[in-house]
Amino acid sequence: MLTNESLAQIDREIAKYPAEQKQSAVMSALRIAQQEKGWLAPETLEFLATYLGMPTIAVYEVASFYNMYDLKPVGAHKLTVCTNISCQLQGVDAVVAKIQAKLGIGFGETTADGRFTLKEGECFGACGDGPLCLHNNHTLHTRLTPDNVDAFLEGMK
Amino acid sequence: MSLNAPNHKVCTWTQDYDHPAALATYTAHGGYAALKKILTEKTPADAIIAEVKLSALRGRGGAGFPTGLKWSFMPRNYDGDKYIVCNSDEGEPGTFKDRDILRFNPHQLIEGMLIAGYTLGARAGYNYIHGEIFEQYRSWEAALDEARAAGFLGNNILGSGWNFDLHAHHGYGAYVCGEETALLESIEGKKGQPRFKPPFPASYGLYGKPTTINNTETLASIPWIMRHGGQAFLDLGKPNNGGSKIFSLSGHVERPGNYEVRMGTPFSELLEMAGGVKGGRELKAVIPGGSSVPVLPGATMMELTMDYDSIAKAGSYLGAGSVIVMDDTVCMVKALERLAYFYFEESCGQCTPCREGTGWMYRVIHRIEHGQGRPEDLDLLMSVGTNISGRTICALGDAAVGPVHSFLKHFRNEFEYHIEHKRCMVGA
Repeated sequence: MLTNESLAQIDREIAKYPAEQKQSAVMSALRIAQQEKGWLAPETLEFLATYLGMPTIAVYEVASFYNMYDLKPVGAHKLTVCTNISCQLQGVDAVVAKIQAKLGIGFGETTADGRFTLKEGECFGACGDGPLCLHNNHTLHTRLTPDNVDAFLEGMK
Repeated sequence: MSLNAPNHKVCTWTQDYDHPAALATYTAHGGYAALKKILTEKTPADAIIAEVKLSALRGRGGAGFPTGLKWSFMPRNYDGDKYIVCNSDEGEPGTFKDRDILRFNPHQLIEGMLIAGYTLGARAGYNYIHGEIFEQYRSWEAALDEARAAGFLGNNILGSGWNFDLHAHHGYGAYVCGEETALLESIEGKKGQPRFKPPFPASYGLYGKPTTINNTETLASIPWIMRHGGQAFLDLGKPNNGGSKIFSLSGHVERPGNYEVRMGTPFSELLEMAGGVKGGRELKAVIPGGSSVPVLPGATMMELTMDYDSIAKAGSYLGAGSVIVMDDTVCMVKALERLAYFYFEESCGQCTPCREGTGWMYRVIHRIEHGQGRPEDLDLLMSVGTNISGRTICALGDAAVGPVHSFLKHFRNEFEYHIEHKRCMVGA
């Protein structure tokens, strides 16, 4: 179901918590599984439930509560752009307009070739470096402008 | 700058050096000296808590609760596990100081958590790191490995016989987990819905065990306090507002970023440090402590000093020191619409007034912004807000109301103009 490397990563997370609290590792386990699979399919949730000794519904509760988990397939490059107040004041609207025009999709959509998904994000906690775009949940791109968006997107191809 | 001298760069001094996050940088300038002294002299917990109380260090995550007092709530003779938890789940719009502590001074946080763990008799500690800053989750774990290899973590720390370890827990996108009991639920592997209090975490916390939760900047200030004494920290700031504080300036300033200054520094000086209002435009409004606190007119802010008591007296809060600056081009209806959407999106759904009320407020503001507002909408917004306030388990409901009520209080004319003319008065 998951590679040995992913399972080793999950085991490292489990070891952080008391032996009887394996469930504490569920958030990291979901992250690790999503990084490997691209998204969280029902069978992945079932597998993790068995692996961590918790009900599948409890895994689903967590996966559906936190907004960085994807319960549906997304593009190869998931771009999440923060549009909250500080980024808005620092010019994110023009950046979003440029990205949308370039990719031909709006928030919540994926390009027909399956390469890009665009999402609207809430505060990343890095406002001083805004406008911000999170690439595949883990790489933060900072200080975006309508001028540097082209180079930023080219870098993903 | 270093930890050896009592200067005002309490948490940001490592940024003077080439490798600010390295263990070698930290130890070369006084890092871990406070921990060593405590472990060697076996400083009693009471003495440490007394220093922290004297320092007037107040919770840097937003609530401003006295840290020493919070520590004193932990049971002393509890026969079982206890925990120290650091709250680095920094996701309130305008707030970005803890990320820089994790990036540039991870060991001071580790030392602070060690001292807290020792004082409170904890068996282990967890640092809950905001979902969108995965790079800092990784880098803080690397700092933990470095500290472990050097004997600062694990069994028999520095030969003292004391065992303690620290771990990072990674969030994955939920603002509400910044609320301390939601954060505990999240560490337990559940959805992050706040718990009803009491019982408070000091008696029933992580896994039902006594737990103290402090903000990143709070814990990172501890080594400085133990090195130079509570009085020296207090003297950096003002009575009842001890120390320095990192202020995060964002929005319409020339140089958005973090600035660590003494508590009680005039806002006008802080604004100047960030290069002033962008493009030399006029200052219209400031949200002084993160998106949850009431907005204040620019002219009011220019008369204030940056400390808990001064900002509270003016009708807002210092919060996490997250200063959002708005110039005269900002449409306050549009700004509020975005904030209202945030609270609607992030409400955990547990309490009806918040779950329903945040969406209701957003929809009303949205229609005003889009030229479909009705004359009765402003009273409606006030009423929905009043019916959320104080009627929810956690503070997210009140946090959603703060912006709405304060925007209407100070900028009501812009909302009225929008409703009447179906467009914005800014630039009209």
